[in-house]
Amino acid sequence: MEIREGLRYTKDHEWLRQEGDEVVIGITDYAQEQLSDIVFVELPEPGATLQAGDAFGSVEAVKAVADLYAPISGEVTAVNDAVADDPAIVNRSPYEDGWMVRAQAADAGEVESLLSAADYRALLEELGEASE
Amino acid sequence: MAETKTPEPQQSQSTEAGCPPRRSVEVIYERSLPGHRGYRLPRGAAARWEAAIDALPETLRRKRPPELPEVTEPEVVRHFIGISLLNHHVDRSLYPLGSCTMKYNPKINEELARLPGFALLHPQAPETSLQGILALLWRFERELACVVGMAAVSLHPAAGAQGEMLGMKLFRAYHRHRGHAKRKVLVPDSAHGTNPASVVLSGFEPVQIASGADGRMDLGAIRAAIDDDTAGIMVTNPNTLGLFEKEIAAVAEAIHAVDGLVYMDGANLNALVGLAQPGAMGVDIVHLNLHKTFSTPHGGGGPGSGPVAVTAELEPFLPVPIVERTEAGYRLEHGRPLSVGPLHPWCGNAGVVVRAFAYLHSLGAEGLAAVSRAAIVNANYLMKQVADSFPVAKREWCMHEFISSASWTKKHKVRVMDVAKRLLDFGFHAPTVSFPLIVPDALMIEPTETETRPTLDRFAAALREIAREVRESPERVQQAPHSTCVGRLNEAAAARRLRVRWQAAKERDDAGGA
Repeated sequence: MEIREGLRYTKDHEWLRQEGDEVVIGITDYAQEQLSDIVFVELPEPGATLQAGDAFGSVEAVKAVADLYAPISGEVTAVNDAVADDPAIVNRSPYEDGWMVRAQAADAGEVESLLSAADYRALLEELGEASE
Repeated sequence: MAETKTPEPQQSQSTEAGCPPRRSVEVIYERSLPGHRGYRLPRGAAARWEAAIDALPETLRRKRPPELPEVTEPEVVRHFIGISLLNHHVDRSLYPLGSCTMKYNPKINEELARLPGFALLHPQAPETSLQGILALLWRFERELACVVGMAAVSLHPAAGAQGEMLGMKLFRAYHRHRGHAKRKVLVPDSAHGTNPASVVLSGFEPVQIASGADGRMDLGAIRAAIDDDTAGIMVTNPNTLGLFEKEIAAVAEAIHAVDGLVYMDGANLNALVGLAQPGAMGVDIVHLNLHKTFSTPHGGGGPGSGPVAVTAELEPFLPVPIVERTEAGYRLEHGRPLSVGPLHPWCGNAGVVVRAFAYLHSLGAEGLAAVSRAAIVNANYLMKQVADSFPVAKREWCMHEFISSASWTKKHKVRVMDVAKRLLDFGFHAPTVSFPLIVPDALMIEPTETETRPTLDRFAAALREIAREVRESPERVQQAPHSTCVGRLNEAAAARRLRVRWQAAKERDDAGGA
């Protein structure tokens, strides 16, 4: 299981990557592994408002449906239509091709308050998972 | 005392058992032969039928006959008997599907339901010729109310989820009547997914409440979440971890303090019938699953029944029509100004209610209490037997079901679903897996009261054997099932590329084999 350096994380297993003045959001390798085969991804429309901590979409796997929680507040600038068409991309490439949305952050400070890769690793160790 | 032997997984089924292994099952169209038929209308009837069709306007008439399979009666019977032999059902073996209460369906239920006075009724018949069934519905409503300690019952909901839906409609009707505009319904994180779904469908907003460390509702967290906008709470008792919610009365008191309502999901009532009454716990609305607790057929999506019981205060809001007893006999009353309206066209699945009525009356009050006691004893016995191979989530006495975890198998690259599939090779239905969500890799096991000790021992021995296989030959488990008619199905592909229409092989090839 991969925890990628340089990304920000949430305790709900989303990741966030800063790219210029935009951020890219997806779910972690741990999240896709827990869900196993993802069969459906529901994403907002570009222009939608993200509210930190609120659900902005959902990921449906064979065994469960999980909400996607916004790591930060902001406005959606683009969504990854490819994962909506072929959700298996999220299982194959959670940190690259399987990204969910791009957004303009409303408050840059919010990004700083998210977990670092080391914090997220510690969280998974608490769940008894990171050793694998 | 008989010694429990390590069970052997079944070998591949022989052709006599219904189907050679690893072959696709024929659909009935593949048995079709031109000109074959099972029944022919008498000559006079056929002529009248054709005349009736000719009388229809041109636009309503078919241009070509429907594509129906052309088969004789024996071919139809063999087809469906063949399919039924491939099926796992409770008449065949243990079906420990947690939360679903797959208990044995006593045959006397069927005998009663097949009495011509019930079986041949038309739901649109005039009330004068429905007196028997109306009397049964009227009486059963009152008896169920007695079982759960509530004032009134509606038998209309056709399933548990529709019972929940009615529950939320009652929340809405009650609050509207009181002049409230409350929006929030609290739902513990151990709830069945249908609970928050019913909340949303009814225009409320679910607020998820994290369970406490003991797996039960956290009274502090619930009190903290309650405010004037709280319409009520949906609780499952015993909860999905198979634990009794000890704080339910205090939760109800806190909810009632803001004029909220308490809905109890009665999916797990098999642990309580005859022993404890939701009415005494401060519950305002509870649904019962007749297809679980009251032994009517369950599974395969067949007709269910999810009656809803309410307090006297909520009775005026129940759906119409209501069965009324008058001096002149039984009748259906539609005039209830506060009613949420009709929910089901014919007072619910009445044929299912007849079966549950037979069950209740064959047991009586003492029998019902014995059911719950035996269900609880069986679950606790099995929990102790299973705990050494698949650790139990909460180490305390359980009610009618318990949760084991298959987390440890992950280090052998075996998932909980693989364990479930392997159980099929031992002749058992798999338990519910990956639920409740608050236990990782959950196996939700509910043996029910109707299983004998040797059956429970065989099931526990099968799980022990599978645990050994996980360590010593994990591929055997990863690739299971091996003895069923079809092997491991690709569930992800089935969900991603849904095909609901059968196409003949030739047509499929023409379409590019997609």
